[in-house]
Amino acid sequence: MHRLRLRALAAALAGGAVLFGAALAPAGAQEKGGSLRLLARAASGTIDPHINYTLQQWQVFYIAYDGLVTFRKVGDETGFEVVADLAEALPEATNEGKTYTFKLRPGIKFSNGQELTTDDVVASLQRIFKVSGPTAGTFYNGIVGADKCLSAPADCTLEGGVVADKAAGTVTINLTAPDGEFLQKLAVPHAYILPAGTPASDQGTTPIPGTGAYAVQSYDPNASLKLVRNPEFKEWSADAQPEGFVDDISYDFGLTEEAAVTAIQNGDADWMFDPPPPDRLAEIGTQYEAQVSLHPLSAMWYAPMNTNLAPFDDPKVRQAVNFAIDRDAIVKLFGGANLAQPACQILPPGFPGYEPYCPYTANPGTTWSAPDMEKAKALVAESGTAGQEVKIIAEDTVVSRAIGVYLQDVLTELGYKASVQPISQNLQFTYIQNTNNKVQISISQWFQDYPSPSNFLNVLFSCGSFHPGSDASVNIAGFCDEAVEAKMKQAFAAAVTDPASALPIWTEVDKMVTDAAPAAVLFTPKRVDFVSSRVQNFTFSPQFYAIFSKLAVQ
Amino acid sequence: MTDRILDPLALPAAAPPQDPALGGAKEASSGPWATAWRRLRRDRGAMVALAVLCLVALACAAAPLYASAVSGTNPFATNLNGEVTIDGTAQPVLAPSTTGLGLGVTPIGPTWAFGPYMLGADNQGRDVAARMLYGGRNSLLIAGAATLLTLVFAVAIGLLCGFFGGIVDGVLNRVLDVLWAFPIYLLAISLSIVLIAEGLTIGPIDIRAGSLWLPIAIIGVVYVPYVARPIRGQTLSLMRSEFIAAAIALGVPPWRIFVKDLLPNIMPRVIVLVPILLALNMITESSLSFLSIGVQPPDASWGTIIQDGQGLLYSRPIVALAPGLAVALTVLCLNILGDGVRDAFDPRAKVRIA
Repeated sequence: MHRLRLRALAAALAGGAVLFGAALAPAGAQEKGGSLRLLARAASGTIDPHINYTLQQWQVFYIAYDGLVTFRKVGDETGFEVVADLAEALPEATNEGKTYTFKLRPGIKFSNGQELTTDDVVASLQRIFKVSGPTAGTFYNGIVGADKCLSAPADCTLEGGVVADKAAGTVTINLTAPDGEFLQKLAVPHAYILPAGTPASDQGTTPIPGTGAYAVQSYDPNASLKLVRNPEFKEWSADAQPEGFVDDISYDFGLTEEAAVTAIQNGDADWMFDPPPPDRLAEIGTQYEAQVSLHPLSAMWYAPMNTNLAPFDDPKVRQAVNFAIDRDAIVKLFGGANLAQPACQILPPGFPGYEPYCPYTANPGTTWSAPDMEKAKALVAESGTAGQEVKIIAEDTVVSRAIGVYLQDVLTELGYKASVQPISQNLQFTYIQNTNNKVQISISQWFQDYPSPSNFLNVLFSCGSFHPGSDASVNIAGFCDEAVEAKMKQAFAAAVTDPASALPIWTEVDKMVTDAAPAAVLFTPKRVDFVSSRVQNFTFSPQFYAIFSKLAVQ
Repeated sequence: MTDRILDPLALPAAAPPQDPALGGAKEASSGPWATAWRRLRRDRGAMVALAVLCLVALACAAAPLYASAVSGTNPFATNLNGEVTIDGTAQPVLAPSTTGLGLGVTPIGPTWAFGPYMLGADNQGRDVAARMLYGGRNSLLIAGAATLLTLVFAVAIGLLCGFFGGIVDGVLNRVLDVLWAFPIYLLAISLSIVLIAEGLTIGPIDIRAGSLWLPIAIIGVVYVPYVARPIRGQTLSLMRSEFIAAAIALGVPPWRIFVKDLLPNIMPRVIVLVPILLALNMITESSLSFLSIGVQPPDASWGTIIQDGQGLLYSRPIVALAPGLAVALTVLCLNILGDGVRDAFDPRAKVRIA
């Protein structure tokens, strides 16, 4: 998933979260009650969980809705694990990994009082296609009948793909082929279970009843989103959907990041979605140390290089760029060494399949130490491409633009006629994907959807993710390598029967892609959470980030 | 708002044709330009403004000299790991926080000494003072070139409309109407967003993305209707003058009427427009650059430096304040000079000055 605000669900490194201060530390027995006030610069679109694809709304959906399964809502590395939610237990894959049968927990009700049944599950899975959900064709296209649903969404039945036994309270999902990541895909909000009668269209600002600990009371994208306790909610699994501490949550929109920091300092608000602005970091890190927490993310900032356009169609040039970049310098542009970690491989530290590997450094080994400009210049000389024009497409944000200017300096030093072009943040991500725009090199970010190496390697660098001429070609580099493809297929096959056995194969894929250098990985970012002094039990899940239902107020 | 700003430009509309018989004997004898210059020189405010503008322009012109001889840094290259010696102590240009959680990186602040980093550094370690001078150069260049472009198009269109009338007037006026229908900034921003990535190619004209000619062309075009309309009005008025009627009756070729009769009589109004158009163009350029759709990095303009400083308002406010003040000062001077020029070319101002 791409950006933090627009599309991202990012996650923290396993065991990497660092909490500071008493206000953030679990305090044991927090009292229930009170109100929580959250802030964001702007709302982030529809409140429909089958459609919205932003971290900002997903964090709300996590406490208002449930899936058959979910990621464990805890503040440690086990937050990556999938646990049973509306289903009684995690099913075993049968039929050679192609069938999953879920038995629903009895007695669960939606916030409107309606009891959860298998009809709701079937209708919700159909609705993913009926509303043309953003991941319908990528996450759920393996369900039997999904092909018909994708071609004719309005008539979607998923016949043979989703079979309910109302009397037994079971739902069986049949896949066309084994998918070792299917349960993880079911755990994201696009597969959350909604009442069967929910209209098959984007509900926009109309709250949809859910089964979570809180219910959306109202939503005005220009003002606020209100959550209150779900009167029908009774905790069935603290791991899946814990009961909340506060009685109501107000998520207010419109304040700038500067104003949000000030509001939290003054105790007028409790948490802000947006990262604190760079010029306030030193202040809050010094004067409000006890209210700040830092978490490494399963994400990367990187510079995809178009492997089908000169000069980056030559692997030596791509490797040269990797050697030439001073990642320590770029980390400074992001806010310093405590906010980012230099990186030069695709998988982020701590991620499944990650093994430290850095061939693009002064002393190649496991970690990046310094740029090697001499080697970079030698590679460019070998390629014979010096003097060509190169344009860098950056986002129109402070950090992305600054990195763009830095890369321009690097490319100029390597002998190219480099220029940099910042483009509006809303447009840049689709612009750099479309091959018609002939983008040579760009600056982008990637955050995981779910904790699987394929979410980086397969999504970003497989032939199947490259769609020339489309705005949705997330393989921005246009990288397509037969050997890498074969190795990824091998990893997918291994994951069906034994996910652990697939990890070493993904490690190999990571090294193969890193060596081919379709991108220059720059750094792994960290998340800064700044909360008010009255917040207790701040819990940061590696998968969900801040879990609002776990926050208590004094 | 723009209309109101341009309204004062309508004042000299009453300026009569340049007939010596209509001017005062003493002033007429020295010619209308000399008369206007004499009047302008008597306007102390305008002269001070002109002097300040000259100083600003000179300082900006000296940007390369400042960067090499005083600043000693490349104002377009990032300097993330650089150091600078201040009072005998080496200091990092970008200093990571070392207290508390060690979050954030703060650029070096103003040294207020005539040397490196006099106004501090931006978030990429570049000398703000040097960038200010280079930025001013680009801002002035874009504002000046766009003003010239606007005037060339506007005068040509105004003259053609007023002289030929009929279908030529109708067609050109409708084109102006279309441009006029859009608020200036909406039109400028829309054009910039569309053209910023790919540049502009019309026949033999090829303006590449990132070129300074792109904002010049955009800003130059959006103000054309606001200038062409009054020119057209004055041309229509002149066409009813006896001396033009006489010229036509005598069979004087149209180009000669354009050059010898119409243009000289329109020039006072055009001259009056120059300072105010410059001011408007400078503000427009800064606005577009602030929005990242004007001057492109690593080039600087006062607008881009304000944008760079936006993220440092709390820790290094000077980065945004300095170019902001430069824009304000320059525009203020241009407006004062514009008032002076208007008074100088407006015969009615003679009463006031006297």
